[in-house]
Amino acid sequence: MDQAMHSTGSSAGPGLYGLLAEFDNPNDLVRATRQAYAAGYRKLDAYSPYPVEEAWEAIPHHTNRVPLAVLCGALAGICAGFGLQAWASTIYYPMNVGGRPDLSWPSFIPITFELAVLFASFAAVFGMLMMNGLPQPYHPLFNSPHFATASRDRFFLCIEAQDPLFDRQDTLRFLASLEPREVAEVEN
Amino acid sequence: MENTSTVKELSLAERERAAVIGPGHTFATITDKIASIVLHEPSPASWWLGLLIGLTLLSGLGLAVGYLLFKGTGIWGINIPVGWGFAIINFVWWIGIGHAGTLISAILLLLKQRWRTSINRFAEAMTLFAVACAAIFPVIHTGRPWLAAYWLFPYPNTMALMPQFRSPLMWDVFAVSTYGTVSLLFWYVGLIPDLATLRDRASAKFQKIVYGILSLGWRGSAVHWHRYETASLLLAGLATPLVLSVHTIVSFDFAVSVIPGWHATIFPPYFVAGAIFSGFAMVVTLSIPIRAIYGLHDFITIKHLENMAKVMLATGWIVFYGYLMEIFIAWYSGNEYERYMMINRQMGPYAPFYWALIFCNGIAPQIFWWKKARTSIPILFIMSIVINIGMWLERFIIVVTSLHRDFLPSSWGMYWPTIWDWMTYAGTLGLFLTLFFLFIRVLPMISIFEMRTIIPQAKVAGVHK
Repeated sequence: MDQAMHSTGSSAGPGLYGLLAEFDNPNDLVRATRQAYAAGYRKLDAYSPYPVEEAWEAIPHHTNRVPLAVLCGALAGICAGFGLQAWASTIYYPMNVGGRPDLSWPSFIPITFELAVLFASFAAVFGMLMMNGLPQPYHPLFNSPHFATASRDRFFLCIEAQDPLFDRQDTLRFLASLEPREVAEVEN
Repeated sequence: MENTSTVKELSLAERERAAVIGPGHTFATITDKIASIVLHEPSPASWWLGLLIGLTLLSGLGLAVGYLLFKGTGIWGINIPVGWGFAIINFVWWIGIGHAGTLISAILLLLKQRWRTSINRFAEAMTLFAVACAAIFPVIHTGRPWLAAYWLFPYPNTMALMPQFRSPLMWDVFAVSTYGTVSLLFWYVGLIPDLATLRDRASAKFQKIVYGILSLGWRGSAVHWHRYETASLLLAGLATPLVLSVHTIVSFDFAVSVIPGWHATIFPPYFVAGAIFSGFAMVVTLSIPIRAIYGLHDFITIKHLENMAKVMLATGWIVFYGYLMEIFIAWYSGNEYERYMMINRQMGPYAPFYWALIFCNGIAPQIFWWKKARTSIPILFIMSIVINIGMWLERFIIVVTSLHRDFLPSSWGMYWPTIWDWMTYAGTLGLFLTLFFLFIRVLPMISIFEMRTIIPQAKVAGVHK
């Protein structure tokens, strides 16, 4: 509960990205995130070294379209796989193999399945990265010297300066009341 | 704090957790232990020795493939009637080994088997490198790999030819290339949060830049984590039928033909079980030296090894059942050629290999019925090697004994591999070792972020609004 506060100005300047509160366990992070949301803050995010599902639930109204992307990928793969084989065997170069029909569809299923899985996997990975705005080599949070521990053993709650309720002093006081280890300003 | 009565009533899940990670670990100790192997600790002498062996064998692969391109496939032992030799034996063996990695990372994830966490990363790496080794064989097997482009891939070339989509060999191209690609994606996605950890923990500038680029700017946001978890789960859901399809299709390469000993409906399940069997054996072979060299006894516990022994016992029985069924069907079919094939396997010129196979895959694994054997490091290590050899022999027997006695005695023959066959095979082992040793040097061999989730502190207690 040692609260070191580095506050200099009184209002949100253009150089300020937000205020970052540091916690040392997931319980405090989840509790703080819920309280911040309940207090009316909307531009906020929680950061943790492993997935904490409760922290995500504490920030409602976020969409997750990864499943939809995967479905679209799978359907595209089915069309591409079956379409390629059907077109090549009936239109492009029909060939009589042992008297089988040109459109011998059962033998096209394995490749159709493989391409469905391939396209769906691409959609899952690249869709997830795109929706998360990655790759993003620079982010203001990386300016905070403490933030490197978000990938080790610390948990962070950031209230961004863009939030309509954000006020340098009030928000600082509010975050300090959540019993963090520390609250720090993050420069843009 | 919890009082003593609740401590006594530890749930099954908690006791399970206690068995898969050593006591007293925190987020910080897990992170530092695994990350420092990559970032700060000097490589042990055994790492250099391993890499040296790998590179030596790998240079043999360079020589063997170079000579193959110069002379053609005449340098190999293949002939008429045995037109398929080491190339397909080793291809199937390597692909099979890869399957345990996907099983551990995908199927055990869906089944919520938390003990998979610490072996999952290097098992996936093993998959990737095994697929790389496997892919070499179909590419070089004609001795003219540059022509493979139009044999394998459908593109409108100048001869207006398309590959034959009705052939299992073509299905194989799509199955294996999809498998390799999806395994790479799955592996890389799993690495992203750990690469961010390495970026944040690195002290050398070069490391910071490389891990910084590879981690794509990951910062562990709750919103990102949620999409990340969804994507991982869906990838696991996709990889599960994929891995089953891959060895099924590999078995179609044989089963769709009309050769006695190949033309059997039991092939797909029997191949998939064999793949998992050999893959787990390889995971055991790799994890025993790794945990000793890097002191990872807290993360790869005896519980992990015991569970893998159980999987080997179970899949070993499925494979053994396959062997018994082959004998039964050979008799029950009443087909003269099928019967002769089985008699020839058991009493013909390759009989010692057949009985060695029955010993390695059918008899020897029965030792795992005893807990003492499942928890004994020397027995596990020796058994894992025995099973690897047994599964290699299985592919040798299937390929060679079925082909070398053709339907007419006038076209009978024998197959023996040449020095170039052996050098190519040993060379792929070298490639595998080289890639594996480089991997444990530059990437975290255990998933750090997943290990954080299995310690008790990771659980969010019931917080009420």
